[in-house]
Amino acid sequence: MLTISNLHAGIEDKKILKGLNLEIKAGEVHAIMGPNGAGKSTLASVLAGRQDYEVTEGSVEFLGKELLDLAPEERAGEGLFLGFQYPVEIPGLSTTNFIKTAVNEIRKYRGQDTLDAVAFLKLMKEKMALMNIDQTLLSRSLNEGFSGGEKKRNEIFQMAMIDPKLAILDETDSGLDIDAIRIVSNGVNKLRSKDNAVLLITHYQRLLDYIVPDFVHVLYNGRIVKSGTKELALELEEKGYDFIKNEINEDEEVSIAEKH
Amino acid sequence: MNMTELFKDQFAQLQAEDKDSKLSAVREQAFSAFNEFGIPTVRHEEWKYTRIGTLFAKDYKSQVSGQPNFSAKDVDAYRLPGHKEANELVFVNGQFADKLSTIRSKDLTVLHLAEAAKNEYSEIVSKHFGHSSDYLKDGINALNTAFVKDGIFIHVKRSKIIEEPVYIYNITDAAAENILAQPRSLIYLSENAQLQIIETFATRGTEDSFTNQIMEVIVEKDARFEYCKIQNDSANASQVSTTHIRQTGTSYVNAIIVSLNGEIVRNNTNVVMEAPHCEAHLYGLYFQKGNSHIDNHTIVDNVMPHCFSNELYKGMMDENSTGVFNGKIFVRQPAQKTNAFQSNKNILLSNNASVNTKPQLEIFADDVKCSHGCTIGQLDEEGLFYLQSRGIPEKIAKSMLLVGFASDILDKINLPHIRTYVDHLVAERLGN
Repeated sequence: MLTISNLHAGIEDKKILKGLNLEIKAGEVHAIMGPNGAGKSTLASVLAGRQDYEVTEGSVEFLGKELLDLAPEERAGEGLFLGFQYPVEIPGLSTTNFIKTAVNEIRKYRGQDTLDAVAFLKLMKEKMALMNIDQTLLSRSLNEGFSGGEKKRNEIFQMAMIDPKLAILDETDSGLDIDAIRIVSNGVNKLRSKDNAVLLITHYQRLLDYIVPDFVHVLYNGRIVKSGTKELALELEEKGYDFIKNEINEDEEVSIAEKH
Repeated sequence: MNMTELFKDQFAQLQAEDKDSKLSAVREQAFSAFNEFGIPTVRHEEWKYTRIGTLFAKDYKSQVSGQPNFSAKDVDAYRLPGHKEANELVFVNGQFADKLSTIRSKDLTVLHLAEAAKNEYSEIVSKHFGHSSDYLKDGINALNTAFVKDGIFIHVKRSKIIEEPVYIYNITDAAAENILAQPRSLIYLSENAQLQIIETFATRGTEDSFTNQIMEVIVEKDARFEYCKIQNDSANASQVSTTHIRQTGTSYVNAIIVSLNGEIVRNNTNVVMEAPHCEAHLYGLYFQKGNSHIDNHTIVDNVMPHCFSNELYKGMMDENSTGVFNGKIFVRQPAQKTNAFQSNKNILLSNNASVNTKPQLEIFADDVKCSHGCTIGQLDEEGLFYLQSRGIPEKIAKSMLLVGFASDILDKINLPHIRTYVDHLVAERLGN
């Protein structure tokens, strides 16, 4: 579904991603973990098409198309969804109106008929129950004055409404209390299917107790340095990121020594 | 002939023709003030960013006397939605056209100002007419008064609620020549009365129009005055529009100004709070493009204690448009416990648009709560990306952000017909 090859990207003159490779197939859940500054959020931003980032090398193929050639809204139309680490507050724009526009614009992009008010309401009611979201939240301005948990729940609610093929969830768990993590994870788990995929970006292993990944990757210094299964996450949690850093540094020392 | 000489001739003619009018003496006084002040230049502190002088370089026909040829059918093009349930007052080239106007509310008194000046309302007229000149000391204000031959006088009796809004259409017929129109009105809300006014401006034809308007409003104890001005005239139309409101008793005032087009548009919006516990809300939304210039000057004068005022002006400036906001708040020495808030927020949508914003507080009391603030920024890139990442194309996403930005002003428009109308104008401006 998604093939990232030798991706190099940065912001202004700072190089952040330095040759990242990753392949995600339909039905899989991948988790990317890594210390602060490793490039986790950069990866999410680059995939979703944030303008500030410049891709200097590499390619990203998504369902047969070159993702990097598409505008952010086209990526969404193709089935990509980014759950924001810090969802943006938009005063004066009602959450319902926003989601309705999003759902219908994506349908238009795909050449489908737009949903009328009745069909939209029906879909919304169904997904609201799934995410334990109540009507008053949705009639408020988008994310404005929402608590951290409400914002993250709203992200997953949007994901449920949009029903993407690949969902990238950027630190969806950070700052959430355990109840909120359960609700959010429950939402993600219910949406998992053999046709779609999830990329979880997280700093902590805790989330992976609730959303069990098929693969865990460690991102460090702009590259994936280690991949494994969910046990890798437990090892990281136990030993901390330093053990990866040490391992990498030793390897590099060895390779430098070999070169000489 | 230059404008100054033309005014001199026209003034002499007016005074000769209309010498028995009660307004004659006021005109005389105003014309000498006009000669003294002159047309404000950018050296005048209140006109620093608005070059009004350029308008006077044009050759105008000023319609002091005589009604232009305008029919009820001609007005149809300018009627606002809901007009069948509203009172409609029509000005053509600055003159009140009573034959084109419709009064539907039985408790609403609308008279020719010249008439009111000599009948049972003469006391009100002589007491309140021209009060705005105490606050606006410039040739523009004086010019309107100097040429006031007529206008409208609106009176609402004690405890009468005028349920149907009053729509005022200021129409300028500039099909054949440049026109200077100077509408004038005096509005009086007696104790416990209520009135809503919606006002629009329109120019017919492609020659230049310049409207120099003064509306003076007196709001007595427990009365409620709601006002909404919609400026969406053509790019060849300029105006200086003064709304001067006196709260002579503890009362409520709500004024919203939506400015969407025009060549040079200057609004003077004043609220003088002469009684304790007055409440006033002033809102403004300006959304300009092309070479339009929009200038909002406000004055809130707290004369008595315990008054509350809230001002929120928001601007979206595109292309080469320029904007000015100047908000003055006076808190006089007796006006303790004043609560006065003011905020001006701007979004610049192009590299060539600009805004000059200046809050001014003059506080002489020591126990007050006042705040002011202004921002000038660009469209929120982060918000734009958020919307786009949800599949919403950039153009629509921008519109949604701008409508969101404007919404807290638009939400203040109470009449559903007018709200829908303004929403539609804003959407049109956004190109949707």
